[in-house]
Amino acid sequence: MKYNMFDFSVVTNWFNNLLTGCMPEWAAILVECIVIGVVLLAAYSVLAMFYIFYERKLCAYFQCRLGPMRVGPWGLLQLFADVIKMLIKEIISLKGTDKFLFKLAPYIVVASSVVMFACLPWGYGMQMINYNIGIFFILAVSSLGVLGILLAGWASNNKYSLVGAMRSGAQMVSYEISMGLAIMAIVVLAGTMNINELVLQQQNCWFILQGHIPAIIAFLLYIIAATAETNRGPFDLPEAEHELTAGFHTEYSGISFGMFYLSEYLNLFIVSGVAALMFLGGWMPIHIPGWDGFNAVMDWIPSIIWFLLKAFFISYIIIWFKWTFPRVRIDQLLAFEWKYMMPFALANLVLMAVCVALGWTF
Amino acid sequence: MAVKIKSMKTEDFKDNEYIDQLVEELNATGANVAVGKLDQLINWGISNSLWPLCFGTSCCAIEFMCLGAARYDMARFGFEVARNSPRQADYIMVQGTIVHKMAPALVRLYEQLAEPKYVIACGGCAVSGGPFKNSYCVVDGVDKIIPVDVFIPGCPPRPEAMFYGLMQLQRKIKVQKFFGGVNRHEKIKDFFRKHPEDAGEY
Amino acid sequence: MSVKDIISKICPSATFEEGEILLANVPAGDWRRLAEALKSNPDLNYDVLSAVVGMDWKDSLGVVYYFTCTSRNWEMLTVKVAVADRENPYIHTVSDLWKVANFQEREVYDFFGIKFIGHPDMRRFFLRNDWKGFPLRKDYDADPKLNPIPESDEKNEDNTMSYVEDAEGLIKAIPSKVFEEHDYVMNIGPQHPSTHGVMRFRVALNGEEVKKIDVVSGYIHRGIEKLCEGLGYPQLLHFTDRMDYMSAHQNRHCLCACIEKALGLQVPDRAVVIRTIMDELMRISSHLLAFGCTAMDLGATTAFFYGFREREMVLNIFEKTCGARMSMNYNVIGGVIADLHPDFVKDVKEFLEVMPKALKEYHTVFSGNIIAKNRLHVGKMTKEEAINYAITGPSGRGSGWSNDCRKKHPYAAYDRVEFEEVLEEGCDSYARYMVRMREIEQSCKIIAQLIDNIPEGDIRAQVPKVVKLPAGHWYTQVEASRGTFGVYIESDGSKNPYRVHFQSPCFNLVGVMDLTCKGHMIADVITIGAALDFVIPDIDR
Repeated sequence: MKYNMFDFSVVTNWFNNLLTGCMPEWAAILVECIVIGVVLLAAYSVLAMFYIFYERKLCAYFQCRLGPMRVGPWGLLQLFADVIKMLIKEIISLKGTDKFLFKLAPYIVVASSVVMFACLPWGYGMQMINYNIGIFFILAVSSLGVLGILLAGWASNNKYSLVGAMRSGAQMVSYEISMGLAIMAIVVLAGTMNINELVLQQQNCWFILQGHIPAIIAFLLYIIAATAETNRGPFDLPEAEHELTAGFHTEYSGISFGMFYLSEYLNLFIVSGVAALMFLGGWMPIHIPGWDGFNAVMDWIPSIIWFLLKAFFISYIIIWFKWTFPRVRIDQLLAFEWKYMMPFALANLVLMAVCVALGWTF
Repeated sequence: MAVKIKSMKTEDFKDNEYIDQLVEELNATGANVAVGKLDQLINWGISNSLWPLCFGTSCCAIEFMCLGAARYDMARFGFEVARNSPRQADYIMVQGTIVHKMAPALVRLYEQLAEPKYVIACGGCAVSGGPFKNSYCVVDGVDKIIPVDVFIPGCPPRPEAMFYGLMQLQRKIKVQKFFGGVNRHEKIKDFFRKHPEDAGEY
Repeated sequence: MSVKDIISKICPSATFEEGEILLANVPAGDWRRLAEALKSNPDLNYDVLSAVVGMDWKDSLGVVYYFTCTSRNWEMLTVKVAVADRENPYIHTVSDLWKVANFQEREVYDFFGIKFIGHPDMRRFFLRNDWKGFPLRKDYDADPKLNPIPESDEKNEDNTMSYVEDAEGLIKAIPSKVFEEHDYVMNIGPQHPSTHGVMRFRVALNGEEVKKIDVVSGYIHRGIEKLCEGLGYPQLLHFTDRMDYMSAHQNRHCLCACIEKALGLQVPDRAVVIRTIMDELMRISSHLLAFGCTAMDLGATTAFFYGFREREMVLNIFEKTCGARMSMNYNVIGGVIADLHPDFVKDVKEFLEVMPKALKEYHTVFSGNIIAKNRLHVGKMTKEEAINYAITGPSGRGSGWSNDCRKKHPYAAYDRVEFEEVLEEGCDSYARYMVRMREIEQSCKIIAQLIDNIPEGDIRAQVPKVVKLPAGHWYTQVEASRGTFGVYIESDGSKNPYRVHFQSPCFNLVGVMDLTCKGHMIADVITIGAALDFVIPDIDR
């Protein structure tokens, strides 16, 4: 690491030393786990609320409107009102549902997104855990979410929900492949799956530039597949408001609906975060070799800000086309994946491998 | 204690006596400070996050779409998250005539709404049957079949009138009692008294 | 050989009444034979069944059919079929010859209790199947105790009935089911975001593929036709604004024109031009809404807001002159109710400048999108089917069928303006959608030609204080936003109409849902419905 940035691990080490100084090691670890858990959940909910607000404001501007304005300045408190309302709303117990699975489903969805969330690298030294197969782990966990959706659709005893859930199952299983292949292309380029390592390799040049053509193709493939993975327009078939009322969560009310709602937005953040990590250098500031003064100024901006800004930027793109494009149909969706996206992603992977083998990278 | 709505003067509203009476009733029983504050917070939350159920039968629904569109922009109030599933909506705005064939469906939609739930009768037809009052199959006023919180007259009401109605609903919500006032368990019992066939599994 | 001679040859007992439209009185026994000839005889060749009006003449029940021949310059023919039996009135069906009659005959059964022999699905159309009595009969008992507000769902809605006549002339009722036993039936509506109101479709699915659609209508049936019979003529007018609220001006124009025709009233030229401009503005506003809703049903939410942005400009123009954004109540018998607002010409010109740019933007945002194109290429309906199902308006013109009333029998000021009848040959939802978008341009063209030439003068003719129509019957058609809108008035000379029937275009549109959706997916049901663009209160009336 030739650049001089603030390393957050200084803080964590200090905290660790402080705890181990006054209590046995197991207790220190326990306390640390709890603190991390609380921070994680707090960050999760704050980000989800921010994202809901972000999307509502953005889509309002796309549509020549103002968006929330009246609750707090510029409608900033709108989300708190929504959360309070959702918390006190009745959770309806339904006749003919599979009670256990019905209640379990939202937790599975939230749990899978929290686990993914925990793996993201937030900044220099700001990471819950540094796996050597980190990116693989994120991909693996992301496929758990679909289980929750399938259960929700099945347990609801509602035809709309069932159709929505079945669509969702087909869609997510399909698009995971292109998503994996797109990420694989970058893994080939980097030669590692370790998240920290991935970021450090991009300190001079982002992967999207290092890998030039195949990396740009991989980026586009990833954005499309990620949109489908998060059930967002134009791939929002599982919810498809105008066909299936609310798709798999038709029968959910109150906070169990709130969980689907929050996790949907959080998933948006996670896929944007992964895109930022894999293609746009993660938390690494922009560096231009040779311009030392410029690099020093960039380094001065905290790494977490860099990460968030990059993630928000990618979310902006995803939100943008959600509100612009019409929804595709289920057969078109699957045909698009299996006939175009996947072969293309495979070919792209080969191209990337060739480029890397011949050293045609920056 | 006047009920405040942002950037609206109290005297600009009609029916202030009704709200004052509600406030009096609220204060008469007396609530302890903590619960009272919590009530206010919850009421603030509910009143600022009223998600409508998409339920339009005729002309008023088009004006409701205008209400959501760019010129009037319901989103400013935070009301734009129109839900299609009654489970997730907060209020049902009956926009248009309700006829005999629709009445059971409307009652069912109302019952499917999760508490706390509100009803707005929007437009002459929903208020009283409107121009179709004398017809053989028109329900003359939805208050005959479900309880209504706010009536918005007009044929169809202008979007401004709908905003006025929504703000009146906000005022009503701000004086309700969440703790002790809206007793969900009693309501559920009452529901199952009416629908004995559904009671078995609950 | 004239039409009259051919009919008398087939059915010697037929009697005729001359008038604007030739009328043939046919006994119920001969009706089926004549109907087959009307359809297949090359000299008759009445290929469009324009209207089916159930009637109760007190001593007998019956049906009045209006036929149109597209090949002979839109020539029309009326056929009256009456049965004297009030307990068990039977008339032969024509639903196999003209498919449009399927729902029409169900409506007549619903209102008058006339059973159609050979109709495959004789259920009530608007009212619940537990409704007592037939409301449009003159001896209907309107006691609310007989038909209280129902508290439970409809029972046995899957059961249907058909009446078959055997060789000896005996009529047998054969019960059957709407769906097969193992069909996976999904219910769309009555409360559903994309049915544009309270329409209900019961869809039998095979996976996501549609096997059959059962249209359940009547969730907003307000009994307008019955209400009309109790009101004076000027009082009728406001109902038309509330049927198809997106073509309020045209509908009201039609009713006024029908009454004016009966009274022999000459409308002042200024009113004629104003009516034409208002009709076209209404058409633009309606098509903008159709654009927005199509886009939204397909998931492109932003396009919806763009459509509504321009629509607000039209509503402003309406509001200034008519005093309301919707339900304008502007046309009256003999003219219009108020003169134009001083800003009218300026506002309209401003709007005409904005519209072409906006249309370009719509195409960029929505119709140019590859997803939208792929989604919209569904719902094939050939020209022959469109004619057989009497699908008029933009939806019929999307199948290449030239059926514009404004061209076929020009009314108001349409004969003095130049415009093109928009036709598309695609026969699918995309074609229907494109017809609408191109019609906006044509409407702008019509308005631009008229806006500088509004003649001075009165805005309405002198109308007697009490409007009484002479005994007789009249049928008038105009081109509403969604197709040919017809008004049938029968008068017995008193100040109330004896019978009023509104032949709404949307009623026919919903009849092709089963035809166009079969074999497509659930998502396409929404697309097809959006592109057909029916307005439910217009269907149910």
